[in-house]
Amino acid sequence: MTVASNSIDLHKNFVEQFGIFEKELNGKSLTDFHQTRKKAIRSFEQLGMPDRKTENYKYTPITRLLKKQFNFDYASPGIPAISKAAISELLIKGLDAYNVVLINGRFSQELSNLDITLKGLEITDFKSAYESQPDLVGSYFAKYAEFDKDPFTALNTAFSLDGTFIKVKDNLVVDKPIVIYSIAESTAANWAVQPRNLIIAGKNSQASIIENYIHHGNEAAFTNTVSEIIVDENAYIDYYKLEIHGDNAYHVGNTQVYQAGKSTFNTTTISLAGSLIRNNLNVVLDDEHCEANMHGLYLLNDRQHVDNQTMVDHRKPHSYSNELYKGILGGNSTGVFNGKIYVRQDAQKTNAFQSNKNILLSDEASINTKPQLEIWADDVKCSHGATTGQLDKEQLFYLRSRGLGEQEARSLLLYAFAIDALENVKIDVLKEYIDHHISIRLNR
Amino acid sequence: MLSIKNLHASIEDKQILKGINLEVKPGEVHAIMGPNGSGKSTLASVLAGREDYEVTEGSIEFLGKDLLELEAEERAREGLFLAFQYPVEIPGVSSTNFLKTALNQIREHRGLDPLDAVSFLSLMKEKIKLVEIDKSLLNRSLNEGFSGGEKKRNEIFQMAMLEPRLAVLDETDSGLDIDALKVVANGVNTLKSKDNATIVVTHYQRLLDYIVPDFVHVLYNGKIVKSGPKELALELEEKGYDWIKEAEPIH
Repeated sequence: MTVASNSIDLHKNFVEQFGIFEKELNGKSLTDFHQTRKKAIRSFEQLGMPDRKTENYKYTPITRLLKKQFNFDYASPGIPAISKAAISELLIKGLDAYNVVLINGRFSQELSNLDITLKGLEITDFKSAYESQPDLVGSYFAKYAEFDKDPFTALNTAFSLDGTFIKVKDNLVVDKPIVIYSIAESTAANWAVQPRNLIIAGKNSQASIIENYIHHGNEAAFTNTVSEIIVDENAYIDYYKLEIHGDNAYHVGNTQVYQAGKSTFNTTTISLAGSLIRNNLNVVLDDEHCEANMHGLYLLNDRQHVDNQTMVDHRKPHSYSNELYKGILGGNSTGVFNGKIYVRQDAQKTNAFQSNKNILLSDEASINTKPQLEIWADDVKCSHGATTGQLDKEQLFYLRSRGLGEQEARSLLLYAFAIDALENVKIDVLKEYIDHHISIRLNR
Repeated sequence: MLSIKNLHASIEDKQILKGINLEVKPGEVHAIMGPNGSGKSTLASVLAGREDYEVTEGSIEFLGKDLLELEAEERAREGLFLAFQYPVEIPGVSSTNFLKTALNQIREHRGLDPLDAVSFLSLMKEKIKLVEIDKSLLNRSLNEGFSGGEKKRNEIFQMAMLEPRLAVLDETDSGLDIDALKVVANGVNTLKSKDNATIVVTHYQRLLDYIVPDFVHVLYNGKIVKSGPKELALELEEKGYDWIKEAEPIH
């Protein structure tokens, strides 16, 4: 285990770690797969760790936070012991689902619950997927998440070893939600973990996928995750990303979505817990009549920092995207929202909408919000808007004048503000689960 | 029930109320009339506990308690109700859930058990008839997208549900057509009892054809300048507010 402290150059440290990691691969370093890793580490070397001058990380001092906090261990990642009982406490209660459990980025066969009888549904660990189907996995892996653009995507790609592989066959409607519990277990030590997920939804298929990031233990954990999601023609995917458990968690996530024609991708990102969260959500609409709905909700307190970077790339005509992110920030928390919409020259008749709304509960809380529209087509409908305000005093008074206590009235109004960010949550049990955690948060 | 003595109130250092005296007993209906800017709505707001206003002098006693010591929600639980001149829209808050929460807060304060869903719904059914409010409105977010008349009816509906001891209607008649006005007035009249009282704040005499007051007070420049029986309202209507502007304040 190598300790990174202030005196160590993080960048150099990662590159050195890669050398150790490579040696442990025992002869597998000649595969195509590993060639990709090598390209990725070279990209990382060139990109370097972001600093305050890096445009995309301007408001998120991620390098500083990582330097202070973490030990890195990529070379010999053993799975720390975590009991079945402890896991069952972390599951979404009452949700009938295919459960994948990743402990520190490693797929746990024992803790996952994958009794798959449905023909055409494949849920396995990423590692055996690329060993048994190198051509298939190779044709998707790292083809969408661009490791030459973002240093964390480069890092994850360079160190990619395990995670989740999901493949839904053409025309298959998956009967239950698939939940990936990505647990950063840091009871005994600080951990930095890098799960890699690849999700392929075939033509006309349908599935709900929940990525539930959980920090378990008191020590700090840094998760750097990448999910590539391919939504083939006319497929319909509901995707949820939850960051609800664990106060001492540091999270950088890159969800890279590729949509073929007539496909739909609905996503809801919920950020309630964690010291630092950076969510990159990139959606590419690469053919006509695609639809992408991107919702997000972040409730922050204390010194939490959440940064949502979204990008939707309209490449072809007649597609639709709608984005709604809502935030409630209290304490000394800070938030960032950066929403990019690209409408390419070919993408006539595009409809693209974006909205980011925030409530600041304290004078010390702050939000940096930035819509960024780049439109090359001339026959499109695009709109964006951002608001930041306080709780409406008149509404508060109205509720109190009917007998509701101040705290109760505030919670009710905040909940009402937050709730439309949840309108894409279609699974009742999941909705109750999220609702429950929002209520706890708002009544705090 | 309500005893206002020498009430002075200001907003942002601007003195609005300059010595109001008013006594309201159970079973009474008082009308407070006055031209725009006379302080009518300020009086209603101060009674309900709106924090923007500062009481600089005087006292208000309500059912034996010092009203000015109570928070807005405590006043509501003690039995004070303000029908807002401009009820605010609250998207995302369901009318029904809100009202159930409010009612159960008030019941708890009165030492009563909370109403369960079934009893609450049957109470709602009963009161809906009273104000002829469209039931589907109550399935929507509170006041969201309601017309002016629907908002006012919803205020009276809430009043019917919460059964206050003292209701203050702040220009409930403004913006209502005559049919809506009759419905609102009918609601108020039906709820009237020997134990509760109503203060009707209005600019126009018209409402008082339907809600007949026991007393009429004329507010002008932050003071009650004239008080009298219901006929005073008619006199005002006839002579206009200029008539009272010359009148001497009463003490």
